[in-house]
Amino acid sequence: MTAALEPVQEFLAERLGDDALAASVDRGEATVLIAPSRVVDALAAVKAAPWDFAVLIDLTAWDRHPIEPRLEVVYNLLSWSRRQRLRVRARVDSRDAVLPTATGVYAAADWFERELWDLFGIRFDGHPNLTRILMPDDWEGHPLRRDFALGDEPVEFQGHIPKRPSDIIPHVPARRKDR
Amino acid sequence: MSELTRETLTINMGPQHPSTHGVLRLVLELSGETIVSCKPVIGYLHTGIEKEMETRTYHQNIALTDRIEYLASYFEEMAYCLAVEKLLGLEVPRRAQYIRVILCELNRIASHLVWLGTSALDLNASSVMMYAFAHREEYQEMSEIVSGQRMMPGYFRIGGVQWDLPEEFFPRVRKFIDELPRRLDEYEALLTDNPIWRDRHIGISSLSREQALAYGVTGPVLRASGVNWDLRKAIPYSSYEDFTFEVPVGANGDAFDRYTVRMAEMRESGRILRQALDGLPEGPYITSDRKVALPPRPELVRSMEAVIHQFKLVSEGIHPPKGEVYAAVESPRGEKGYFIVSDGSNKPVRVRVRAPSFSNLAALPVMVQGEMLADVVVAIASIDIVLGDVDR
Amino acid sequence: MAGVEETDLQRNVLTTTVDRMLAWARRSSVWPAQFGLACCAIEMISTAAARFDIARFGSEVMRASPRQADLMIVAGRVSQKMAPVLRHIHDQMLEPKWVIAMGDCASCGGVYNNYALVQGVDKIVPVDVYIAGCPPRPEALLYGIIKLQEKIDEQGRQGTRTA
Repeated sequence: MTAALEPVQEFLAERLGDDALAASVDRGEATVLIAPSRVVDALAAVKAAPWDFAVLIDLTAWDRHPIEPRLEVVYNLLSWSRRQRLRVRARVDSRDAVLPTATGVYAAADWFERELWDLFGIRFDGHPNLTRILMPDDWEGHPLRRDFALGDEPVEFQGHIPKRPSDIIPHVPARRKDR
Repeated sequence: MSELTRETLTINMGPQHPSTHGVLRLVLELSGETIVSCKPVIGYLHTGIEKEMETRTYHQNIALTDRIEYLASYFEEMAYCLAVEKLLGLEVPRRAQYIRVILCELNRIASHLVWLGTSALDLNASSVMMYAFAHREEYQEMSEIVSGQRMMPGYFRIGGVQWDLPEEFFPRVRKFIDELPRRLDEYEALLTDNPIWRDRHIGISSLSREQALAYGVTGPVLRASGVNWDLRKAIPYSSYEDFTFEVPVGANGDAFDRYTVRMAEMRESGRILRQALDGLPEGPYITSDRKVALPPRPELVRSMEAVIHQFKLVSEGIHPPKGEVYAAVESPRGEKGYFIVSDGSNKPVRVRVRAPSFSNLAALPVMVQGEMLADVVVAIASIDIVLGDVDR
Repeated sequence: MAGVEETDLQRNVLTTTVDRMLAWARRSSVWPAQFGLACCAIEMISTAAARFDIARFGSEVMRASPRQADLMIVAGRVSQKMAPVLRHIHDQMLEPKWVIAMGDCASCGGVYNNYALVQGVDKIVPVDVYIAGCPPRPEALLYGIIKLQEKIDEQGRQGTRTA
């Protein structure tokens, strides 16, 4: 895998210059870190021959709370011909989380990006229909951010301690709509 | 007249509808009976499992994984355990790998039987549904013998499985795979040459190779479109390289190809099961790493160290090293993957579930574009979504 | 009525109240709405299928339209997004109607307690019978339906639900 990564890494460094920030192989999995503004260029570059990472298997994010830029977006790519995976990552600030949309490169990105907007509050510039997908339309907040409380209700069992998403974050009750 | 034909009608299908296989809602725009556009609305079963997992220890999360794709619980556990084992750099004993394969392939047959039964029921072939569900009961009884539960087994553990396969499991599973080809022949006799079944499936909801590629479609839907891609062959895991089996591939990518691919897959699962049972290696069923797996019961009365390990594992759980991993398995619906980020503590920072149903459903608008309204039912049944998997 | 023996009358005629007769009719054919949410729905289908055969208890007619159903089996977890829909479907069902909360999630939230789920369907609709289990076995669902039938009988005896 390492041998396979180095050419990709060199290729991206050559194509994107300083915007290809880092690359690593951890536990046999290749990842590259790209500057957020250039991430779609990187995707388009590795999608084409000879790399052939033609399938966007997954697009997700995780919250690095409290280190800014907090939100790390992960594009999980797969190549049928090379039988390899590549993860392209980009980090965005939580207060101004904007990325260019990848729907032009991968049609599959449509729903994934809507999910990221819904659960993480990451906006994708140029997305044709960036609306909530899993939560109700009038929901407030982005539940998968680490500073969004789990929102559990107290129950009658003895010894119930409401859970916090993280011990560093003070517990604030989740906003829920009145009905 | 031209004024009338230009007008489209928007209708709502679901979330409570007998043919949406759960709480899926479709907003369909129709011109006459032809579909102009189809907008799936999902999230009616959003359970917040990914968030819930961040608040629990690695072992506790196994119980939650079962409930995501509830027709293929063993695959969920398998993918999750593979991801955590990758994080730990842990080698699973070969017997445990084989046991996992046996249960997964049984589960694949059972899951496809639910698909067969419900998609036949959608076209009012209710006898097939009765046969398929009666057949599936046998799997559920076997699952109960092994794990104690009919549906949510919670049998796989990080580093192996909970306990060894019980003796009474083997004759039953042998009988099951001996009878399997005859039973599948029966279902095919009822459906394959049935003119209604053929008319409703051939050429319906086609998906080309390129469209499948663009939408990240996986599983039988992808293989029906003519792509020979099966993770068990392409990127083998859990000893799948030991078994000989074929990957059935379709040609046209229509609903009928999906039907033939799944029927053939059940036969192949039977083959894998036979090989795994014949070649089941001796040895431990769970790793001997005491930092990961509970010590065996008899050790607890003899060794203080075992008691300490037991206490640490039960009260705190495991602490995988920092890092992020992705592990995927070929579930009955496609690539089921777990992306786990660990910060070194006993709870994951992020667990992302890559849901095959989610991606496959995203391709539904392309499949039904320009088809008849009545064929939407066939299209949904043929991609075999599980809403728990779509919405998580 | 000449020629009819008194014993014949005892054998062939019985007296009861209208309430009890209605309750007998209702409880003998409780038609569930075909309304599955999550995992429990699979066990509900299993209950309706050949092995367990819900028809033995007169409930095999699963109606796709809530307007033709007497019983709503809430089989699975209820999300915040689904809750208004579920309430709407319950409102569409005609009186008399009953609700079974099947499984832990519908009864009390089950293993989940987070932002996305309603902690028990009894916060939205009145529940008559709760069935524990994750998911409950088909036998448990059948037992729940028998319990509901007893309840309907009792309501007929006491005349508490005459609508």
